[in-house]
This record gives sequence, C-alpha cells and structure tokens, in this order.
Amino acid sequence: MAVTVSLPAVLARHAGGVRNHFVGGGTLAEALASITRDYPDLGRRLTEATNPDNAFVAIYVNDEDSRFLGGLTTPIRDGDEISVVSAIAGG
Amino acid sequence: MTAGIGTLSQAELVRYSRHVILPEVGLAGQERLKASRVLIVGCGGLGSPVALYLAAAGVGTLGLVDFDTVDASNLQRQILHSTSGVGHSKLDSAEARLLNLNPYTRIERYDTRLTAANGIEIIEGYDVVVDGTDNFATRYLVNDACVLTGVPNAYGSIFRFEGQASVFATADGPCYRCLFRDPPPAGAVPNCAEGGVLGVLPGLVGTIQATEAIKLLLGIGRPLIGELLLVNALDMEFRRLKIRKDPTCPACGTHEIKGLVEVEEVCEVPVAGGYAELSVGALADRRKAGREQFILDVREPHEWAIGRIEGAELIPLGELHRSLDRVPRDRDVAVYCKGGTRSAQAADLLAKSGYTRVFNVSGGILAWSAEIDPTIPRY
Repeated sequence: MAVTVSLPAVLARHAGGVRNHFVGGGTLAEALASITRDYPDLGRRLTEATNPDNAFVAIYVNDEDSRFLGGLTTPIRDGDEISVVSAIAGG
Repeated sequence: MTAGIGTLSQAELVRYSRHVILPEVGLAGQERLKASRVLIVGCGGLGSPVALYLAAAGVGTLGLVDFDTVDASNLQRQILHSTSGVGHSKLDSAEARLLNLNPYTRIERYDTRLTAANGIEIIEGYDVVVDGTDNFATRYLVNDACVLTGVPNAYGSIFRFEGQASVFATADGPCYRCLFRDPPPAGAVPNCAEGGVLGVLPGLVGTIQATEAIKLLLGIGRPLIGELLLVNALDMEFRRLKIRKDPTCPACGTHEIKGLVEVEEVCEVPVAGGYAELSVGALADRRKAGREQFILDVREPHEWAIGRIEGAELIPLGELHRSLDRVPRDRDVAVYCKGGTRSAQAADLLAKSGYTRVFNVSGGILAWSAEIDPTIPRY
C-alpha cells in the first residue's frame, strides 16, 4: 500500500523537514495519524489549522478537497495522493 | 502617429507582430489588449514579472498600487527595480522601467496601501486585478473587493520554494474565501521575510498570473477558474487541485460581506525559539481590534515618564529576567523600547525563556510617535 502525503514547507518544518511521507491507507484520519504519531506538533497544528470555523489549511485527496468528500473519514486507496495545502501570503 | 490599422499605429503593429499573427490573438485581440485596464496590487516579487510582461504584451493601462520604497534586499527577486532605484519609491522605479520597455503603456499610480477605505474605489473600473501583495490582510481585501465589484482576480502567492496560482471572483467561479474562509491567526503562517523565498519563484508564479490575466482579457483558453495550481520549484512539480465554489462562502456565496473591512495584519509570526517584528501600524491595528495582548515597555522609568503606549506595562530590560512571572505566556507579547534595540534583546530573552508569541515593535516609541500618536514627545 503506497499513499503519498505531501506537506507544504510551512508544515514540513514540524515533520522533521520532510515534505513527502509514505503511509498506509484506511481513512484520511488514519493516513494522517501515521505521520502525526511521530510528529505530535504537526498533529496539533493540523487540528488547529483545519478547524472548520477558521480553516487556513485544506487537505486534498488527489485533486479534490476532502471537505467535499468525507472529511477525515474519506477512504484512502492505494496510489492516492494526499496534499496538505496551507494558505501562504508571500509576494 | 504613423498610420496603422484600427487603434494600433504602425509602430505598435510591428512591436506586437508576434501576437498579431497568433490566430487566438490577432489584430482584434491586440486592440482589445490596448483597450484593457489591469490593476497590479503590489510591485514586488510577483508584481514585477506581471507588470513587465503585461506592459510588453501591450495592455493599454496598468494601475500600480504600492507605497513602499526599493530596498537592496528586494533586488534578489523584484526584477522591476534596479540598484539605482534603491531608496526611491517603487512606483517611480516601476513607472520608469515600464515606460522604457513600452512607451505605449499608460500607468496609473496609487501611492498607497490598499485599504478597506480605498479598495473598491481603486479596483472598480479595471478589467482584471492581479494580486501580488505580501500579506494576508491585503489579500482578503483584494478578494472581497473583487467579489463586490465583479472584477476577476489573477491570484498568486509564494513561500520559500512553493507557489500557488488561481483565478478568483469570476462570475461563476469560486473566490479565495471559498478555499480559505478567514485569514490565519497570528503565529500560524510565516512570511517571506522570515521564511525566505527563492528569487526565481515569483518569476515562475508571476508569469502564470500574467498569462491568466491575458487569457481573461482576450477570453481565450481555459483560465485557472475553480482550480489551484501548486508549484514546487525544488521538485519542479506542478499540481492542479479543484476549488469548489462554496455556497456558504460569506463573500461570493451568501454575500454577507457587503463592504470591505480592515483585516488585522497577521503576517508577522514568531519563529520557533525566536520572535517576530511587528510594525507600529500593525500594533495599532491590533489594539483597535481589541486583540488581547501584553504590551511590554522595557525602557527605564525616566523614559516611561516622558511618554508611553497606553495599556503597556513597564519592566526595564535589566529587571526582565527576574520578573518573568509578570509576563503572561498565554497571549501575544509585544515588546517596545525607544528605538527597537533593547526590545529586541528583551524579545530574545523571552523567546529563549520559552515564550512562543513574542513580537518586537519595530522602531519603538519613536516610530509610534511618528506614525501613530504625535502627542508622545520624541527624546
């Protein structure tokens, strides 16, 4: 089972500086948990940043925003690409 | 003017000949570009390639919004400006460069920050806005103003080696708030001054914005409406993600946003183990917005007696290390002194003592006196 999770630079620094992580499937929550177990600070930040009242991070499964799939219960299949997208403002 | 065809002179026909022979542009398209008006908000990293390419392409009128001066640290990426422009206004520098590139371009200057008070007035009347700003507060103002005026926004933003581009606020497409409802809280997302940015990156993303602007003006191709283009320069990876129009979006969905509201500046962010700089303007905005923060004055008592920022607490720098129990850890701490040097030492001490939300007020009370409260004596 190979699922890629890509983190943006603003969050990769909370995951040992690694942008691309390879995880197992299950649900989106389980896929993310397999990274945040090792990096609890990342987990805390992801939880804050995806708070529906003030979300400035979106989590995509392939090219679709997970909010419009099943949120954290979205099933993740072999070969899926999970992209964590953070608002950035540099210009 | 030498005779040409339609609104284009002979010299212009020669200049734009590689466009005119493109069936997707043609003479009519080039004339359309000449009649077009594009507003570029921010003449920095993104605004530079946007302005250069749009001027070169023959867009007739370019509006430029910027209030800043050229700094030597800009030149690594802001190719609109040159070494000779350091210390001069970005608008002067930009106008000279663009008119030298294409004297047929008309430049409209807005030597100001885009604000809730002037945003609509500046934006309406343009055909396309290009967002090249460097902070969340202005990005949300640009988004809301574009939704309210119906002017599409060719959006781009950058950080380190990564960029994003999209087209927002078209008649049927989503807006920036459909993707990210509100600006991130302070402390959440660092800016380029702290995180750094690859100098070429705004070139990559800005040329995408310029391309989208031209496509919108000409009505050709498939603009990035409802799509977010992610650019990663390190891996040279480009990905397209869908952005759905959110019916609950307060800007373009429910339309509960009926006017512009100043968004608090949130781009200054402390880095882990460190502190961030906070301008006096941002500090004033935070106070006005009623933000809960601890304002710490680290000057000496005789300086405090001359004048102080209302609501501040005095702990002279020399006493700070044994008075940490007076400084709360659960909110932002904004430290100031006379000019910013002692407060930087204090901010460093706080950060090294485990405080995570520390801000050094740039320029100290002298800047506060100059920009915010002139009743405070300068000494």
